[in-house]
Amino acid sequence: MESLTGKRKIIESKPLNFWERIYLPAILRGLSITIKHFFRKDVTVRYPEQKREFSENFRGMHSLKRDEHGRERCTACGLCALSCPAEAITMISAERQPGEENLYREEKYAAVYEINMLRCIFCGLCEEACPKEAIYLDGDIVPSDYLRKDFIYGKDKLVEAPLNQ
Amino acid sequence: MGTTDILIKFGLIVIIFLISLLIAMYSTYAERKIAAFLQDRVGPNRAGPFGILQPLADGAKMFMKEEIIPTTSNGFLFIVGPSLAIMTACIGSAVIPWGETLVIGGHRIPLQVTDINVGVLYIFGVVSLGVYGIMIGGWASNNKYSLLGAIRAASQNISYEIAMGLSIIALLMTTGTLSLKEIAAQQHGWHWNIVYQPLGFLIFIVCAFAETNRAPFDLPECETELIGGYHTEYSSMKLGFYLFAEYINMFISSAVMATLYFGGYNFPYMHSLGFSENVITILGVAALFIKIFFFIFFFMWVRWTLPRFRYDQLMDLGWKTLIPLAIANIVITGIVMTFIK
Repeated sequence: MESLTGKRKIIESKPLNFWERIYLPAILRGLSITIKHFFRKDVTVRYPEQKREFSENFRGMHSLKRDEHGRERCTACGLCALSCPAEAITMISAERQPGEENLYREEKYAAVYEINMLRCIFCGLCEEACPKEAIYLDGDIVPSDYLRKDFIYGKDKLVEAPLNQ
Repeated sequence: MGTTDILIKFGLIVIIFLISLLIAMYSTYAERKIAAFLQDRVGPNRAGPFGILQPLADGAKMFMKEEIIPTTSNGFLFIVGPSLAIMTACIGSAVIPWGETLVIGGHRIPLQVTDINVGVLYIFGVVSLGVYGIMIGGWASNNKYSLLGAIRAASQNISYEIAMGLSIIALLMTTGTLSLKEIAAQQHGWHWNIVYQPLGFLIFIVCAFAETNRAPFDLPECETELIGGYHTEYSSMKLGFYLFAEYINMFISSAVMATLYFGGYNFPYMHSLGFSENVITILGVAALFIKIFFFIFFFMWVRWTLPRFRYDQLMDLGWKTLIPLAIANIVITGIVMTFIK
């Protein structure tokens, strides 16, 4: 029967000829191919020491930003937690006390702000939801760890370093 | 034989033993590095500079691992297996001439543990003993995969030993001696046996691959079919012994090939450079080791190039190709020798 595409190809398997049967030419060809690779430069990126450059819109670890005076921008509105499809973000808000104006920009701030990095899917919706431009996923790859509890990142790991340091 | 002679022999044995172990250790590292380079990778590079301490780390790991002896196995034979494998692998080095004589303080020390006049036969005996370690280990594990691997190893070794022995007979016809020291001495200068016995060497090297259970003839331990083959049930250092035995075997068979076909410790112009005897001996040892390292490299190079033979292809190659070829080689050698003499 003629095939529909007209591209049918009949493959016939011929018995091996003498040179194919003694294997040696094929073996030598194989050896020459592998030895060429022996001297080829490897393509490995030696990861912890060397890093491949990330694209500009790469989303890595979160950081909680500070404003130009070094005050935390986050006002604990909870929009990030609400927008998070993985429910990775939790926070407890607190009221700013007199004398803390240099620490927090608004009257309300996040006393506890935790992201579970095992839940987070790095979609970036928290970044989009934030009205205060307080959270960005501009960090590095989240490092590995041994215990699940160590993947819950608190403010100690998330908040940007103070300006004057 | 005086006390000093015995001490010297003892020292030589210890040195050769340590060198075999060291080379076997670093063969594991070399294997991984060469495999990596042939596949455009980096290979182990974390332990020490360029990963040079990797074998030590591997050894430490092997010792620390839990040792499991299956309850249904034969406990005694289960331990005998790897011990026998590594023992037979080590004693092969006794008859290999590592160099000429070294003169230290009036003592003439031949760099060979013992020069028995049936050296080649001794090597063959030891090599065929090696399969017992695999057989016993595979059988004692009481596991069908282990048993299959062991049976494969046995039948493969028996088949290829015949072709190997026949290829050697042609060589012995030209050399006229079974002593490895004399064979090495005869190849002085450029009179390497590879020139006179190229076909014999080809058969020998193919058989050497089969005897050491290396790819493309690594059917006794082919992971894809038999999990680990004869060492499926082994763990900890007993597994380490099996792997070690394979690398020592590779080292010894490289040494045998270098001695039988590539002039052993001889290198061109060795006596016309005007060095003292000791210097020539040391250079000769270096030359032998360069040849050995080349063959070890070749073993690895082939392993990471060729796919595994199917079992019937293996038997086909052994019985229907190599044995007739080896016999033809004997006949041709005989005819040529009659006409030349």
